Amino acid sequence: MADTISFWERLGFRKASGVGEAGWGHTLLTAIISLIYFLPVLIIIVTSFKLQTEALAVPPKLFPTSFFGLIPEQFVFSPTLENFTSVFSRAYVAGGAAESTGFDRFFFNSIFIASTSVLLALVIGTLAAYGFSRYPLKGNDSYLFIILTTRMLPAIVVIIPVILMFRVVGLAGSYVGIILLYTAFNLPFTIWMMKSFFDELAPDVEDAARIDGSSEIRVFFKICLPQVLAGLAATFVFGLILTWNEFLFALLLTGVDTRTVPVAMNQAVAGGGIGVLWGLLAAIETLFLIPVFLVTFFLQNHLLRGVTFGTVKR
Amino acid sequence: MTSVAISQPAPDFKTMAPDNWKLAIAVGLVVSVLAIVSLPANLAFWAVGAMAAMVAAAFVVNAYRRHYFGGLLVSPAIAVLFVMNIFPLLWSLGLSFFAYQSNQQSIRFVGLRNYELLLTNDLKAPELWANLTNTAMFVVLTVAAQMIVGFLLAVLFAKQFPLRRYLLILVLTPMMLSVVAVGVFFSYYYDPTFGLISQLIKAWGGEQFILMSNKTGAVAGIVFADAWMWSPFVMLLVLAGLVSVPKYLYEAAAIDRVSSWRRFWTITFPYIRGLLMLALLFRTIEAFKMADLVILLTKGGNGTMTISYHVIRIANEQNKTSEGAALSYLLLFVVIVLTNLYLYIANRRSQGT
Repeated sequence: MADTISFWERLGFRKASGVGEAGWGHTLLTAIISLIYFLPVLIIIVTSFKLQTEALAVPPKLFPTSFFGLIPEQFVFSPTLENFTSVFSRAYVAGGAAESTGFDRFFFNSIFIASTSVLLALVIGTLAAYGFSRYPLKGNDSYLFIILTTRMLPAIVVIIPVILMFRVVGLAGSYVGIILLYTAFNLPFTIWMMKSFFDELAPDVEDAARIDGSSEIRVFFKICLPQVLAGLAATFVFGLILTWNEFLFALLLTGVDTRTVPVAMNQAVAGGGIGVLWGLLAAIETLFLIPVFLVTFFLQNHLLRGVTFGTVKR
Repeated sequence: MTSVAISQPAPDFKTMAPDNWKLAIAVGLVVSVLAIVSLPANLAFWAVGAMAAMVAAAFVVNAYRRHYFGGLLVSPAIAVLFVMNIFPLLWSLGLSFFAYQSNQQSIRFVGLRNYELLLTNDLKAPELWANLTNTAMFVVLTVAAQMIVGFLLAVLFAKQFPLRRYLLILVLTPMMLSVVAVGVFFSYYYDPTFGLISQLIKAWGGEQFILMSNKTGAVAGIVFADAWMWSPFVMLLVLAGLVSVPKYLYEAAAIDRVSSWRRFWTITFPYIRGLLMLALLFRTIEAFKMADLVILLTKGGNGTMTISYHVIRIANEQNKTSEGAALSYLLLFVVIVLTNLYLYIANRRSQGT
């Protein structure tokens, strides 16, 4: 069905800027619901600017300023950046000298381990998905199902033999070990997602290219891969979010040098014996949220376009 | 595909060729068995590893020489999954037939005794059964909540409106949080004394809000936190389906004056069915494994013990490695049956309509 295209749209201008199809009422409703949904996160972020006594105050101090006297004084706290500095260095004993907590190293570890393993899983998984989609093996579906099965068991079952194996080989506490493990952890999802994208592509173009004498490698890189870029972005974001916050593998398989932030966060919460340090925990989480938030924000359009094709096929 | 042409005949079994994978498997098996019997554990491990690498290399050369592109493309993924997942799983399957504790050296073969203990022991069988029903309850409640909330959110965001990008990322944020932070902060929100919900209710003249003291409340608290965290995942998948519905179908339906209920089932639903199924499958698998929120919020108290946390307790805290492995395999059996049933139904539906 041919839509009528206005003169301005022909010139490349967007249709009706400002209010789109839905109108302001819908925008307002969605905004209220989104903000309520976001509220628990917002409270975490706000808490990261509070001291311990303010975080536990009754009634709760919720606002950083009084908004020119609009908010009663008892609900207002004075924002501080102390939590953020004490993420990286703080005194372990009251009155003692500030020591480095090693969190700069843990942040580097998280970024390095998560990005490397997700990219590795994306490369290996995309190749495998292309293979499963275009050159089906005997018992193709059984292979796919077995691959999915590896994700179904509680992680602890896989982990005990992996710990024993890593000790024998000498990979315990190393980057290589945890990266390989996370790669395997991401592969099933990557293969299933990417296979469904490749399945949706029309094979006519590829066959035409083959008849023209293109090699199989050229067909893959020049014709198939560019069509699934959105799918790659979506799979990358999903994998990153899952790996970024993974806790159990990291707890049991990283050493002092390779510890990731979720593990260190857990220790910062549990350590000390004086209860949870709310401001500190909130500051760590806020800092930890920023990278994955930015990546998701910039790949958001791909995320929507990307998952359009995915379907269960077996 | 078009260019699968057999360029060479398969090599004879007895010739020493780099692509003779049958010979490689035979040699590999013999050497592995010899190594396990005669060498100390860590040397034997490397010998077996070297044999596995040899077999893999033979497969790759074979696939390359005969243009089996499928095998070539899939082999790296299979190799990684084999070393990091399938091999450890087989190892723990083997362990489940032994009496072994990770803090002790002794190990002895007991056959199916671990399974028998779990299924028939007067103490363990009822506990297992209770944990299984708890897990089933959590799976049903959390997945249902996530599907409903995720679907409603997706409907909200399916239209074009200003600020959509920015509001969408706000809704997606819970998914990106660390489970540790979510668990700890939800225990803060639920706290009877200084928790925010309790204080809000007291400010309106209500009683102190005590959620986690009985089973209903504890389950509700965990389900709420989990559904809040993972509904955005469902939303994203459903939203992608909603966005892909061609607009002219709705216009045609408007001309024919189709009721909105019928319009949903005949136009919208076919486009989101596959994605709903994918979301359901992945969320069910994850819900089956739920342990971390339970550990952080209730430590398994008040009848919220799940089977996954039960396995962690047995295998990690009590060091009963082989018993934990046996329990996991019982669990895997249940999950595989359920998943197959689910995929069977999903496929029959999609072929039926």
